[in-house]
Amino acid sequence: MILDVFASPAIRSYSAAAGIIAGGAAIGGILFFLLLPTLIVIPMSLSETNYIEFPPRGLTLKWYSAYLSDPDWMAATWFSLRIALATTATATITGTMAALAIVRGCLPFRTALQALALGPLIVPHIVLGVALYLTFSPLQLTGSFLGFLVAHTVLAIPYVIITVTASLQRFDPTLELAALNCGANRLQAFFLVVLPNIAPGVAAAAVFAFLASFDEATVAFFISDVGGKSIGRKMFEDIDFNLTPVIAAVSTVLVATSLLLMGSVHLVNARKPRP
Amino acid sequence: MTNFISRSRSHRLSFRRLSSYSARFYSLPTSIVLATPLIAALAIGFLYPVLKLFALSFSGGTLAYYRRIVAEPLHLAVLTGTVQVALVVTVASLLLGFPVAYLMARLSKGPATVVGACVFIPLWTSVLIRSYAWVTLLQRNGIINELLIDTGVTDGPLKLIYTQGAVILAMTHVLMPFMILPIYSALRALPADYVRAARNLGAGPLRAFVAVTLPLSLPGVFAGSVMCFVLALGFYITPALVGGPGSMLMATLIGQQTTVLLDWPFAAALSTVLLAVTLLFVLLFRRTLSLSKGLNSVY
Amino acid sequence: MIGQSLSLVGLQKRYGEMFAVRELSLDIAAGEFVSLLGPSGSGKTTVLTMVAGFDAPSAGRIVIGGRDVTRLAPNHRNIGMVFQKYALFPHLTIRQNIAFPLKMRGKSQKAATSRRVDEMLELIQLSGYAERYPNQLSGGQQQRVAVARALAFEPPVLLMDEPLGALDKKLREVMQFEIKRLQERLGVTVVYVTHDQDEALTMSDRVAIMCNGRLMQCGTPAELYRQPSSEFVADFIGRMNFIDGDCLDSKGGKTIVRLSEGSVLNLRSVGNDRDCRCAPGKALRVAIRPERIRLVRRGQGGAEAFPGVVDASVFVGSTYIVVVRLADRPEASLHVQIAADGFIPFQRNDNVDVLLDEEAVHVFPLVERCAA
Repeated sequence: MILDVFASPAIRSYSAAAGIIAGGAAIGGILFFLLLPTLIVIPMSLSETNYIEFPPRGLTLKWYSAYLSDPDWMAATWFSLRIALATTATATITGTMAALAIVRGCLPFRTALQALALGPLIVPHIVLGVALYLTFSPLQLTGSFLGFLVAHTVLAIPYVIITVTASLQRFDPTLELAALNCGANRLQAFFLVVLPNIAPGVAAAAVFAFLASFDEATVAFFISDVGGKSIGRKMFEDIDFNLTPVIAAVSTVLVATSLLLMGSVHLVNARKPRP
Repeated sequence: MTNFISRSRSHRLSFRRLSSYSARFYSLPTSIVLATPLIAALAIGFLYPVLKLFALSFSGGTLAYYRRIVAEPLHLAVLTGTVQVALVVTVASLLLGFPVAYLMARLSKGPATVVGACVFIPLWTSVLIRSYAWVTLLQRNGIINELLIDTGVTDGPLKLIYTQGAVILAMTHVLMPFMILPIYSALRALPADYVRAARNLGAGPLRAFVAVTLPLSLPGVFAGSVMCFVLALGFYITPALVGGPGSMLMATLIGQQTTVLLDWPFAAALSTVLLAVTLLFVLLFRRTLSLSKGLNSVY
Repeated sequence: MIGQSLSLVGLQKRYGEMFAVRELSLDIAAGEFVSLLGPSGSGKTTVLTMVAGFDAPSAGRIVIGGRDVTRLAPNHRNIGMVFQKYALFPHLTIRQNIAFPLKMRGKSQKAATSRRVDEMLELIQLSGYAERYPNQLSGGQQQRVAVARALAFEPPVLLMDEPLGALDKKLREVMQFEIKRLQERLGVTVVYVTHDQDEALTMSDRVAIMCNGRLMQCGTPAELYRQPSSEFVADFIGRMNFIDGDCLDSKGGKTIVRLSEGSVLNLRSVGNDRDCRCAPGKALRVAIRPERIRLVRRGQGGAEAFPGVVDASVFVGSTYIVVVRLADRPEASLHVQIAADGFIPFQRNDNVDVLLDEEAVHVFPLVERCAA
C-alpha cells in the first residue's frame, strides 16, 4: 500500500520537482559566488562610510573624486594607460606578423616557435617577474616605460597569436590567391584582402593585449619602482597597507573598462560575419 | 638600369627551388621577416631573463641555494603544500564548474547568455580586483563576519582572512572560468542527438548522463583541469593578498624572499624549481592542454 | 579579339613520390575554348593552378603568346581566373570587386575604371547590383560577377575551375550558354576545368581528358566520341559496350576477333590503328556504342550476325535500351539503343541476331587501363 503511493507518478514528479529546485538553488549559489566579488566593488565605492557595510549607508562619489585628485593614483593611471596603449600596438603588430608566419609561412621549427611564443602564458608570472627584475635592474629599466613595454609585450603576445591564428585559419586562402591573380602583390593582397577579412580577430587581439597589460599586476609588482609605478602595483600596495574605499572606486573604473572592451569584442564576434 | 633589373627580378618567383614554390605560402625570407619581431621580443623579454634567473640560482658555481631548499623542511613543506592547494583548487573548480558548464551548454540561447555573463564577467575582471573583493569580504569587520554576527551564528568575528581556506576559496573563484569554458566547448560540440539516442535505447536520464555525456566531456574536463592546476601552481596575487604566513605557497615564498629578505639568488633558485615543476606538468599533460581551445571560447 | 595562345610543354607536378601531373603537353590556340575533363584527383585543377602561377611545376614550361611565364609570379601573369567558389572579396561591393584588378594594374584613370566596370556589369546584366555585397547576390549572380572580375582587364587567357559546380542543374545550363557567349564575343582563350562530361562536350572547341595526372586524349567532342584512343576515354565519354575477345588474325587492315566459340568478328579496312594493337593470339577488348548495334529477329541477320537472347527491354523516352546476351556466352551483355518510333520492342528471352556496325567497332589491348 505504502509502496503504491511512492510509485505513483504524482509523488515521483514531486520529488523530481524538488530535485530540480535543489539543483537550481545550488547552481544559483555557484553563479552568485562567481559574480559577487566582481560586483561588490560597485556598492563599496559608493558607500559613505570608511569601512565596508552592507547595505551601504548613503551614496557618495567622494571616493571617485579622491581617486581623481590623488597625484599618486593619477600618475599610476597615466603610466599604466601609456604602457597599455603602447603594448597594444607592439603586441598586436608583432603577434599578427608571427601568426601569419606560423599559419602561412614555411618556417622550419614552426611548432617550436609557436610553443615558445605561448610560453609566457604558462610560465608562472612570479617567475617572469623575478627574472625581468634581475634583467632590468642593472640596466636601470625598472619603473621605466621601456621596461614595462618589453615585459607586457611578451605577456600579451600569446593572446594575440592565439586569436589571430584562429581567424587566419577561418579565412579562405583562395581569396588571397584571387587577389594575386587580379594583379596584387603580396603586400597589397594582405592589406586590401586578408587584413579587412581578419580585422575582427585582430581587433579582439588588440583588446586582449590592452587588458593583458592594463590589468597585469604580478610582473608589474616586480618591475615597478618608486619612480614608475603601474596602477596594478599601486593597488596591490594599497590593499596591503592602506585599505580605503578609493581602491573600490579605482576597481569599479577598471571593471567598467574591461567589461566595456570585452563586451564590445563579444558583440562584434557574436554578430554573424559576412560569409 | 639597376632599377630595371631589380624590378624585373622581383617579378620572378623567389623560391630557391622553383618546384617547391606555392603561392599558398609565404616564401622563407618573408616568413623570417614576419617572425623576426616575435623572436626578438621573446629573446629580450622572455628567454634571456629566464636564463639570467637560472644563472643567478647557481651563482658562485655551487648548488648551495638548491641545497638550502632541500635542507629546510619548511621549504619542502611549501612545495608540497603548493601542489596540494593547486590540486584542491582544481577539484573544487571542477565540482563547482561542471554543473555551470553543463547548464550553459544545454540551456536555450537567452538563459545561456545570462549564465555565460556570470562566467565571463569575473573572467574579464582583473585578478587583483577579485582578490581585493575577497579581502573586503573576508576581513575581520567584513561582510561575511557581519552577516554571521547579525544572524547570531557567532558572537565575535571569525578569523577568515589570511588562512589556507581563504586562499583556496579565492583561488577557486579566480580560476573557475578556466575550468568552465573548456568543459562548455566540449559539451556544446556534443550533439544533443547522442543523449536522445541513449534515452531512446532505454537509458534513464542519469544513466544517459553517466554513459554518454560524461565520457564525451572528458577532453574538456582534462583541458580545464590541467589549465587550472598549472595556473594555480604559480599564482601570486591572490595568495599574497588573502593568505597569511601559515598558508605560504611557492609564489608567496618567492615574493617574501625578494621583498622582505632581499635574497635574490635564493629566490632565483625557488623560481627555477617552481618553473621546473610547472613545465613538468605541462609536458606531462601537453596533449590534453589546449591553450587555444580554452582561450577561443573566451570570446 | 584578346586571346593568346597557351602552350604547356612537358608539364609535371610531383609531391614526393606522387605525381599529380605527368609529362603533359598541350597546345591551345588563341581564342580556343579547351576543357580539362577527368574524374576527381586526375590532376586537372593542378594544371590550372600551375598555369595561374599558384604552384610551380616540377618540370616543364608554360608559354603564353610565345612568352615563357613558368617562372613569373602569379600577379604578373595577366591571366584571368574564375574560382570554384567564386572567391569574391566579401568586404568589397560588386563594383569594387570588378574594379580590383583594374586598380591593381593602376594604368587606367578613375573615370576609365568606372566606365569599364559599368561595361562589365552591363555585359553580365547586373547593372543594378553595383553597390551590393557578394553575400547579397544569388549563386548564379555571384558567378557572373566572378567572370566579370576575371575579364575586366581583358586577359589573353581565362582559367575557370569548375565554375558552375555549386549551381543547380537548370541554372548551370543557362550559365554555360552565357559563358560561351561572352567567350566568343571577347575572343578570349579559355581553359575550363570540369568533371561534368556534358558541360565539357557542349561548351568546348576541344576537350582534354585526364586521368591520374596524364593527358589521355585531346580532341573535339566528336573526335573523342567517335575515335577514342584508349579504353578509358571510350568508357569515360558517352555509353560504351565492352566485350573481351581474342585476336585470331590481323593483317592488311583486316582483323578477325573471336568473341566466343560461335561468334567471330570480321573487321575489314576500318578503324584507327587496329593493326598494331592486335597481334594474333592476343587478348583484346572490343568496344562499340549502343546506337551502333542493330537487332533483328533470329535468322534475318545473315552471316555477319551473332546470335543473341534479349534480357530486358526498357523504354527511356526517345529510345529503347535493349539488353542482349550473346547466345553462347551469357556473361557478355550488350546495351543496344534503338529509336523508339516504329520499333516493336523485343520481349525477354526473344532470340535475335546482333549486328555490329563495323566502322564503329574499336579494339583495345586488354591490359591497357587508365593507370598504365
